[in-house]
Amino acid sequence: MARAELTADLVGRPAPAARRARAGGGLAAILSSPLVLGLALPVLLALVWEAAAALGLTSRRLMPPPSAIFATLFKLAASGDLWEHIWITTWRVAVGFVIGTVAGTLVGAAAGYSGLTRRLVDPTLQGLRAVPSIAWVPLFILWLGIFEQSKVALIAVGVFFPVYLGVMGEILSVDRKIVEVGRVFRLSGPALVRRILLPAILPAYILALRAGLGLGWMFVVAAEFMGASQGLGYLLVDGQQLGKPDQIIASILVFAVLGKLTDALLVAATRPFLRWKDGFAPAG
Amino acid sequence: MLRFDQIEKIYPNGTHALTHLSLELDAGEIVAIIGGSGCGKSTLLRLAAGLDRPSSGSVSVEDTVITAPHEAVGIVFQEPRLLPWLDVAGNIGFGLTHLPRAERHERVVRALERIGLAGYESAWPRELSGGQAQRVSIARALVARPKVLLLDEPFSALDAFTRADLQHALLALWEASRPTLALVTHDVEEAILLADRVVVMQPSPGRVFKEIRIDLPRPRHRLDDAFIAVERRVLHALDGSLGLARQRASTQANVAVGGW
Ligand SMILES: Nc1ncnc2c1ncn2[C@@H]1O[C@H](COP(=O)(O)OP(=O)(O)OP(=O)(O)O)[C@@H](O)[C@H]1O
Ligand SMILES: [Mg+2]
Repeated sequence: MARAELTADLVGRPAPAARRARAGGGLAAILSSPLVLGLALPVLLALVWEAAAALGLTSRRLMPPPSAIFATLFKLAASGDLWEHIWITTWRVAVGFVIGTVAGTLVGAAAGYSGLTRRLVDPTLQGLRAVPSIAWVPLFILWLGIFEQSKVALIAVGVFFPVYLGVMGEILSVDRKIVEVGRVFRLSGPALVRRILLPAILPAYILALRAGLGLGWMFVVAAEFMGASQGLGYLLVDGQQLGKPDQIIASILVFAVLGKLTDALLVAATRPFLRWKDGFAPAG
Repeated sequence: MLRFDQIEKIYPNGTHALTHLSLELDAGEIVAIIGGSGCGKSTLLRLAAGLDRPSSGSVSVEDTVITAPHEAVGIVFQEPRLLPWLDVAGNIGFGLTHLPRAERHERVVRALERIGLAGYESAWPRELSGGQAQRVSIARALVARPKVLLLDEPFSALDAFTRADLQHALLALWEASRPTLALVTHDVEEAILLADRVVVMQPSPGRVFKEIRIDLPRPRHRLDDAFIAVERRVLHALDGSLGLARQRASTQANVAVGGW
């Protein structure tokens, strides 16, 4: 320990909060902001694509240029249809996500905490996990009808597995030394889960939730491919059947934006719980 | 206060860690336990903490047989083992959740003052130096007001300056409530500086080799002649305990020659 630090240690002064001074600089700062950098590539691609279409290098019929796609998007938005499709799809994902997350967390925590439960349910769940998602569709439709329940169930199944695996695997790998701290203070089983195991796995849990959310968006398309009359997945099928590639690409774009947006929301909502962690933050 | 009675400990893998071990610590006594690596010191403390059970024999605190962690017994590990998701105050108050918030806060604040970390309530464990973190872990054990505090090489990972610093801090904290201390250390000087009695253990399987009472007045200084004389006695005993082991080891080493 350096002498100055030793002195500070003895005097008991709080260490100064390390605050990184941000290098300021007008245009350079704007150009290197995450938003601008993140948008640079898609904007560049769109421009190249637009130019190619204008020069007649691509087929307008199969590969509509960005301008046509945005026109379609605006038309859909102006008529109000787009918002309804977005709303219904988001609602399905949200409900499926909540159900899948709750189930995955409970079963994962039980399997992680109790060896007996794990040996009992894990082999079965691992088997079910190997079933391709689409394979569930006919069964769910048969059981739950072609309306909301079957769609939500499919999404919940998609969300369940990454959450279950994340929770169980992480609980198993929690440091025994930290668990002993809980034992020394005589925590009961549930208290041990709540005060030691869950906080210890939180960072990995959030990753599992993000993976689950991603799968939720994937499975909603599968769900809406069959027998939906609304939703972004329906827009995709509709665009294919009516030969409207602009509508297909517009829907894909909306999916991309929604997926990214909900993921960012999840990250933002969980960030306050991870303040204790300082991760690897590469410079530049 | 803390009593080990005819302890045998054989781990499930067959390792015979402790045998015929009987030892008694009086109330308020500081006992240092030293001995070569692998002679069962940590095992002994884990039995006393209720983290593990003896194969036969018993550990008791004030006539209560320890079969699981007990509120009268606290332990400080070699590593601080702070919970990274709790701030310093949360870590120190971890075992006090049964208390009203105000009282918990008061005890935590007082503990922080005692360990010289006043104002660090909301620091994260990652922001602490090794010595600071170990102070917090000692405070965490002490705020629960245990009658017996077990310390398993609590300072061994620290540099000499910090170690001397924490040895004094520990004595000061001990003065405040005078719990029984069982301190495992491999530092003979540390043992004599702090303890009323030094227990030298002998390996394979672990047992008590010799007990040496330290009657030096406090504060003790390691350069005093009396201190050095005691140190020689303890080192002598330690050599004796290891000498037996060395003979066995040399026969085993012959078998192992050329192994690498
Ligand atoms: N969980 C365990 N399972 C099996 N054997 C163990 C276990 N823990 C310790 N041992 C064995 O028991 C013996 C005593 O170990 P212990 O950790 O108590 O020694 P120690 O005196 O604390 O050593 P050190 O000074 O290196 O910390 C060793 O031979 C060790 O290999
Ligand atoms: Mg040890």
